[in-house]
Amino acid sequence: MGEYAIEMAGITKVFPGVVANDGVDLRVRDGEIHALLGENGAGKSTLMSILFGLYEADSGSIRIRGADVRIHDPNEANALGIGMVHQHFKLVHNYTVAENIVLGLEPRTRTGGVDLGLAERRVAELSRQYGLSVDPRARVESITVGMQQRVEILKILYRNADILIFDEPTAVLTPQEVDELMAILERLRSEGKTIVLITHKLREIKQAAERCTVLRRGKVVGTVEVAATSEEAMAEMMVGREVKFRVDKAAARPGELVLKIEGLTVKNAKGFDAVRGLDLEVRSGEIVGLAGVDGNGQAELIEAITGLASPEAGRILLKGRDIAALGIRERIRLGVGHVPEDRHKHGLVLKFRLDENLALKSFDRPPFSGFAGILRPKAMAAHASEMIGQFDIRAAEGPATTASSMSGGNQQKAIIAREIDLSPELLVVAQPTRGLDVGAIEYIHRRIVAERDKGRAVLLVSYELDEILDLCDRIAAISKGEIVGVVDAAGADERAIGAMMAGLRAPGGAQGAGAGA
Amino acid sequence: MSVLVVILGFLVGTALVAAVGRDPANMYRAIIQVVSGFDLTRGTWNARYIGEWLVASTPLVLCGLSMAFAARAGLFNIGAEGQYIVGLTVAQFVAFYGPPVPILHWVLAVLLGMLAAAAWGGLVGFLKARYAVSEVVATIMMNYIALYLSRYLTMLIPGTNTYKTPSFPATVRLGNAWLEGLTNRSRLNTGFYLMLASVLFFWFLMEKTRTGFALRATGFNKDAARCSGIDVTRSTVLSMAISGAFAGLAGCAVCLGSFGYGRVLAGLDNYGFNGIAVALVGNSSAPGTFLAGLLFGMLQSAQPLMQSRQIPKEVTYIISGLVVVFISLRSGFGLILEARAKQLARKGKPRDE
Repeated sequence: MGEYAIEMAGITKVFPGVVANDGVDLRVRDGEIHALLGENGAGKSTLMSILFGLYEADSGSIRIRGADVRIHDPNEANALGIGMVHQHFKLVHNYTVAENIVLGLEPRTRTGGVDLGLAERRVAELSRQYGLSVDPRARVESITVGMQQRVEILKILYRNADILIFDEPTAVLTPQEVDELMAILERLRSEGKTIVLITHKLREIKQAAERCTVLRRGKVVGTVEVAATSEEAMAEMMVGREVKFRVDKAAARPGELVLKIEGLTVKNAKGFDAVRGLDLEVRSGEIVGLAGVDGNGQAELIEAITGLASPEAGRILLKGRDIAALGIRERIRLGVGHVPEDRHKHGLVLKFRLDENLALKSFDRPPFSGFAGILRPKAMAAHASEMIGQFDIRAAEGPATTASSMSGGNQQKAIIAREIDLSPELLVVAQPTRGLDVGAIEYIHRRIVAERDKGRAVLLVSYELDEILDLCDRIAAISKGEIVGVVDAAGADERAIGAMMAGLRAPGGAQGAGAGA
Repeated sequence: MSVLVVILGFLVGTALVAAVGRDPANMYRAIIQVVSGFDLTRGTWNARYIGEWLVASTPLVLCGLSMAFAARAGLFNIGAEGQYIVGLTVAQFVAFYGPPVPILHWVLAVLLGMLAAAAWGGLVGFLKARYAVSEVVATIMMNYIALYLSRYLTMLIPGTNTYKTPSFPATVRLGNAWLEGLTNRSRLNTGFYLMLASVLFFWFLMEKTRTGFALRATGFNKDAARCSGIDVTRSTVLSMAISGAFAGLAGCAVCLGSFGYGRVLAGLDNYGFNGIAVALVGNSSAPGTFLAGLLFGMLQSAQPLMQSRQIPKEVTYIISGLVVVFISLRSGFGLILEARAKQLARKGKPRDE
């Protein structure tokens, strides 16, 4: 047994109504990559926030390199050599890479000004030492997400951290960038750094970590040697039961063409072409997945299909009828269902009751509105009761439950219930399982497949490639607002899709769907 | 909760009166006289006080409804003042140029006054929905346009001097012999019925119809409403127009009910701005706004009675001001408590206690 870099013992942290950490023990050896695995809400982030001084534990002790410490705020954590790469980067976008890295600890010239030359040299030196290639003079807003992450890492290294915490570092990366990150982690380890990797992705743990501590509902389930265990075993520890990795589904039986998009161009809020001459087809009875890194035109494409944004050019044909100029309401009536990415902003009226939310798209028609547009609350409540039973929505006060008091999984079930109940020809689903627990994810996946089997056309947008690979029948890769290629999901090569997501045209195999390629 | 806040406002008011060396009981005697007609010091009863209380409350309730209706749809209508003036001005014109036929004359004046005020408010809604013009800024400017336009146009009426027009014909007056008889010749008039009808209309439209559903959804979450196919532009224009109609009706009720002649407005009557406080205390619901309007009307009518009892009338402004401040504090306290709970959770045990 080597010396431990971090020893956390008996850490308990109670939030109002939730025990986030319940007597958690974590011991991380000096110079290892230690994974912290658990579902959303298992207490991983809370534990690391305690280590980083963002929260204070109710009880328990922390030892860093054998010395008892109390960490009250992130500055004290920094002083102890602990650094954290947050899931959402904390960078100043119009500053350069070097400026961001030295921010708060700027080298000074003799007259007291910031010595940018020295800063750039220090950054270049650090990036050479750890193999983190970045251009110190580039502006952060102009570099890729993967690069921004390197800047975050350099920021910590510049502050001489030797314990590095990574919070879900791969959530925003393409598969290639994930590979690069794994190499960086290995390099950091070989330079003597200790790394804690917070994640719920088993493959990454297998790839990078030596040991893994699994948390479930705030408690440690166990710590395992990664090499001696399987992904399945770790998943079972995480969830507490056997987990099906693949969604059970029969082969798709695609029917008639439901959605046909031709030469679609959509501007984003800043006035740039976010979707550029995009072509896409979705047939009935199939799930088409749109694979891509966040911010490549997915949001604008969905807005154009659902009517939230009007396209600059191109046609959107729903069963042969051009709907590009129609209003949102007409499209809903014609059968465009939409499960939005941001369920709180676009999916629900949080201060409305559950039954009102379930009637949000059909409140103005019978049975919810009767003579002279008078609402019929009883019909709404009855409909909600039916949906609650049919979709297993857990709501404390039944139809009268305020939407904001429901859990994320049940809110999402309510949205899916509403959309499926309208029986749309085309179901556009964006990030349907983000932030949900495994149980809810399984349920929602099953429901989406069931819609497909009923003969609906489903367009799924997800930034999780695994979800797309699991659920879809065909996969269209989107990059910079264009479809780079479309492949069958059966036997799809993840690397090839990753290359397309990065904008590289697939050689041979894939049908080039992007016009003018 | 609002009731507690009102009680708190009165307690502080009482303490203030006592602090300046006057008898707080006199303040309450004045208030009791306003709402019941009983003069406890002389042991007499005069129903006229009740009538005057309700007359004073009518425009306050209506302007409160105006503010509340827009608020429920997520808009901040500071323009009730201007919409009130537009309703009042149009009613004055119909009074002189409309057909002097009994009933038809005042009905026409009220309808056209409300319609014009609805257009005045709806225009702001349109600017907001189509061009993202802030309704706060737009309504404030529209208030002044309404005021000076009203002065200019009213002075064009023949026989008008710098502050008033000739008397209205009797056919356009909202006077109601039965209500006057009941309240010992107070100015209580048909406007009171119109106000009651407005409260019912507000409640029914907002809570019971699909139009109200769409407005409430828009008010709570514009994005989700739009995503669900609700026409947010229509909701915005409609809510500002109906909001304007309520304020316009207040203008008609004051002009044709309380005054026998048209006025060249020297300044703002402030009913519109008081409506903001009324809606705030009434929590933007129809019954709440009705009760809050009666409360503010009560304080207003109690002023002369307080002065005759050596209580400074300013104490009524202090009480209504305090009520508004306490209501605002309530939201503020909510935020503070929330932040405090979070901080406690974050730090585990509070270190400084």
